[in-house]
Amino acid sequence: MQEMTYIAAIGAVGAGVDPDALSAALAVGPQFIAADAGTTDAGAFALGTGATAFSRDAVKRDLSVMIAAGLEAGVPVIVGSAGTAGADVHVDWVVGIVDEIAQELEQTLRVAAVYAEQDRSVLVERLAAGDIRPLRHATELSRDVLSGCERVVAMMGVEPLQQALATGAQVVIAGRSSDAALFAALPLVHGFPEGLAWHAGKVVECGTMACETMGRGVMVVTLREDSFSVWPIGDGLRCTPQSVAAHSLYETADPYHFAEASGTVDLTGCTYAQEDAVTVRVRESRFVEAAEHTLKLEGATLLGYEAMIVGGVRDPLIIAQLDSWLGVIDEYVRGSVARLMGVEIDDCDYRLGFQVYGRNAVMGALEPAPGPAHEVGIVCTTLAPTQEEATEMIKLCRQPLLHAPIPQWKGSITGFACLHNPAWVELGPAYGFALNHVLVPGDRDVFRLREQTVGTRGSRPAVAEVA
Amino acid sequence: MKLWESASLIRSKNAGPFVLTLDIMFSDRGTYEMVRDSGALDRTAVAAIYGVPLADVDGYACDNALALKFSMPRRLSQGEFGDGDMHGGQQYAPLLDIEVTA
Repeated sequence: MQEMTYIAAIGAVGAGVDPDALSAALAVGPQFIAADAGTTDAGAFALGTGATAFSRDAVKRDLSVMIAAGLEAGVPVIVGSAGTAGADVHVDWVVGIVDEIAQELEQTLRVAAVYAEQDRSVLVERLAAGDIRPLRHATELSRDVLSGCERVVAMMGVEPLQQALATGAQVVIAGRSSDAALFAALPLVHGFPEGLAWHAGKVVECGTMACETMGRGVMVVTLREDSFSVWPIGDGLRCTPQSVAAHSLYETADPYHFAEASGTVDLTGCTYAQEDAVTVRVRESRFVEAAEHTLKLEGATLLGYEAMIVGGVRDPLIIAQLDSWLGVIDEYVRGSVARLMGVEIDDCDYRLGFQVYGRNAVMGALEPAPGPAHEVGIVCTTLAPTQEEATEMIKLCRQPLLHAPIPQWKGSITGFACLHNPAWVELGPAYGFALNHVLVPGDRDVFRLREQTVGTRGSRPAVAEVA
Repeated sequence: MKLWESASLIRSKNAGPFVLTLDIMFSDRGTYEMVRDSGALDRTAVAAIYGVPLADVDGYACDNALALKFSMPRRLSQGEFGDGDMHGGQQYAPLLDIEVTA
């Protein structure tokens, strides 16, 4: 194969695929259509709870457009990091949506689902065997932290996706995946150079973000032996050498080296040239094969349950002594929580915090201009092992916030303006990311492939386990 | 000239849940090279502003993207209790007023 052309439908499934641009793009003769559906950007909530960042309707709308395009072109549709976090519950959720789309199309679809969630007891064994290794800046990983994770996923490279495509699936729904692997999987089956295949995937995985100004549209890549071309299809969109080069900076620590499961993409020698008004030609992307494969792990850990009170302070006398005033409140609440609930706010399991907007809520101690403002907003947050306790604690915060005195005023004051009634809001569970580590898979199967035919009207999907 | 007057985009963002990255981008090569070579914005300056050991700050001059980039560990990992910026998107403000005149 001399050339391979493909379409990146959007940067995030659910964000709104442009159906006109995708339809127009089919004229390029794509070999596949792919899109990423996941992100850790917003936090660990999706991985922790199994929730999704986009609504079911939004995801269904995008998948419908992509599947219709895939059927029209007769090429596979690949979706990675399904359902935001790419855990098993997310993959099943998306497969269910694909089933519904097929039912509505009154036809069957061959779907390959690839599962990326990891059994924690197996991971604990792998940790003991030395097969889980810290990434840079990672803290020591204990058995308790690992087994205490709510869910753990491993990030797949191209190999599990290639196995899924080899089944002849019309739709591949993959769990947690390297974004670039979705676009590199099929080109690498056909022997295109690794550096170019991976780099092209990196450029288009966020959709039109690699354009000068992002907008509605799709991205197209043509891979060759010595280069790749990338261009957008969509009104007013264009790629420039700077826009494509600059995209490799986005949300990455190192703009020249990208670690993948099977090696490192090296962009240090890359050249970018304007090919036509909207197209950029990229050359000299390299790939350095790793001595052994490593799979990035992501784990969500329950930090506790939270509740908050939101309000503000307008009195300049209070604002001028905000720290001592908050200190009085903090001490009072700690005392009443100990007395009435019988637990200590230990800054570990039980926490109390004040974010002061208008002063340093966003940057904390690094704030170069800490005020004073004429008005400050205060978010008082409690955290505890149960929602009941967090809520109990926040209820104990309202009175001290309202009435904590300052020396200048004699008599009872109301120094805090509540935004809501009730003043407190229950926030539910809070999750953090617990793992900054990779798994050395060796020759073990880490990902699970499941072929099925969905959409047969009125019957259950046929399921066949193949791996 | 202040950095915000010379750059086309100054931004911050998480690079994963444990790393913060700063991008300072320019629209013309002359300004980019002036700032790059000014010595006002280097790893040492970023380490001092963000209170991070110099060894933990990585710096990159991306000549083909007309961009300077710095990456460092986050003080609190994303979503930890007290983290006021889940996406790391508003951590660039202390860079804006750096004097970068050649």
